Amino acid sequence: MRQDTNNLPDVVYDVRGLNLWYGETHALKDVNLQILKNHVTAIIGPSGCGKSTFIKTLNRMIENVPGVRTSGEILYHGRDIFDKDLRVEELRTKVGMVFQKPNPFPKSIYENVLYGPKIHGIKNKQLLMEILETSLKASALWDEVKDRLDDNAYGLSGGQQQRLCIARCLAVQPDIILMDEPTSALDPIATSRIEELINRLKKDYTIAIVTHSMQQAARISDRTAYFLLGELVEYDYTERIFSNPRDQRTEDYITGRFG
Amino acid sequence: MEFEAQLLQQLEIEKDREIINRRPVRIDPARIRRRVWLNNLLQRVFSLSTAFAIAVLAILFYQIISQSIGWLDWQFLSSNLSIFPEKAGIWGAIVGSIGLILIVIPVTIVLGVSTAIYLEEYATEGRLRDFIRINLSNLASVPSVIFGLLGLSLFGRILHLGSSILAGGLTLSLMVLPIIVVSAQEAIRAVPGFLRDGSYAMGASKWTTIWKVVLPIALPGILTGSILSVSRAIGETAPLVVLGIPALIMRVPTSVMDDFTALPIQIYYWTLDSVLTREYANLASATIVVLLLVLFLMNSIAIIIRNKFQKSY
Repeated sequence: MRQDTNNLPDVVYDVRGLNLWYGETHALKDVNLQILKNHVTAIIGPSGCGKSTFIKTLNRMIENVPGVRTSGEILYHGRDIFDKDLRVEELRTKVGMVFQKPNPFPKSIYENVLYGPKIHGIKNKQLLMEILETSLKASALWDEVKDRLDDNAYGLSGGQQQRLCIARCLAVQPDIILMDEPTSALDPIATSRIEELINRLKKDYTIAIVTHSMQQAARISDRTAYFLLGELVEYDYTERIFSNPRDQRTEDYITGRFG
Repeated sequence: MEFEAQLLQQLEIEKDREIINRRPVRIDPARIRRRVWLNNLLQRVFSLSTAFAIAVLAILFYQIISQSIGWLDWQFLSSNLSIFPEKAGIWGAIVGSIGLILIVIPVTIVLGVSTAIYLEEYATEGRLRDFIRINLSNLASVPSVIFGLLGLSLFGRILHLGSSILAGGLTLSLMVLPIIVVSAQEAIRAVPGFLRDGSYAMGASKWTTIWKVVLPIALPGILTGSILSVSRAIGETAPLVVLGIPALIMRVPTSVMDDFTALPIQIYYWTLDSVLTREYANLASATIVVLLLVLFLMNSIAIIIRNKFQKSY
């Protein structure tokens, strides 16, 4: 366990005493957790346990929901993301996010991938083309779309759209990618392609993934966090969570007794 | 016993498939006959309603067009006003109406779209925003005469713009502004939230997201609403009458500070005076044809824009 060592260089996120309320509802209760560099961290738990809320707090997207209040700190490379001087826009260029439903823009494949680089001021055509190619190759989409980069992204299949969203995310070279149930809207084949992709991306990126599928967590993650009713019940190496959980509630969940 | 167990299991499976009600469902043929009869009746009622609307429109068109025949010609379009019906033309009114459009379009679109963006994207949810929203909808249904009175006191008297094109254009702008705001708000609200999230998650600011993602998608809706509102402004008479547009203006306006007349105003005064001079009715009809053509053109543009840019998600 590395829980007690603080601010080592390999800690990307250090969440300390995080609480979150939606109006009166206490959705996250005193969550403490560290996300480690180049690890895939899976966040599992039954519906309504706060796992999506938690991951959206990491890039402060949760603040778009009206009536949200938080307390506690989330240190991103040692810096509190709730700090008044920190600009969320800057944080989000380092912390990418892939959503549950593929959400490409109604623009061309080219425009989708280069959305981030362009809004952040990159104009050099050659550099843009380079980013386009590397991002699409990294998201295993290049071979399928290289001849139709000007086509509308809505002509792609669901799985391709999700990989396009991953490419869009990679184009600004984030440090960590947050994925909120990225395969829940996809068929099994598209899902396994995304899982392969996550396995490959792990070398260069840190990934935190919310999933409703325990098999998926077991297949792709290094560490697993189990949330229940807004509480972080257990957080450990994935093998240990699935073979020898310490908490009875975790065991009940992974053995399928509820959830 | 084993058979019974099997049967129970089978029942369980069927229950899972939601085949619970195994009693035969009887359907009354008389009821079906009644339903079909009702359907046929309603179909006739609906088609009659449509026919009624078309008939009224046809009669209107017939009357107007037959009255305008022989009057609507190049001389009519290009001449200035005159008290002699055979010499009178609407060139001045056309210029006046174009002047109004040129003021109404930039003023309402800039102010209206900005307001809609503020209310939909920036304003925090709460009582104040709801209050403004409700009042905008209310303003959209305020009679146009009231806006004429507002324009008269604000632009005519306080700002000393008199009954100039500028005063008229600003008054009409006030009148259609709520409509444009409401329709632009609807267009902006129709942009799915997950597209905004996609942009925010890339580190885009609110304005970047609005400019790059929201507005391009909402633009057809905004333009359609705007064009329809502007065409309503062009056809409006009451506010201009209240502003005190003179009944007879011989000079074609050359600046926005000049007094002017507009197409609907001309229709109004000629119709009023047709009691004395019967030919004025023909002049009014010819003007109506011109105004209808302009409105028809603008609405067609709105439809073309809507069809061309319509997208689904």
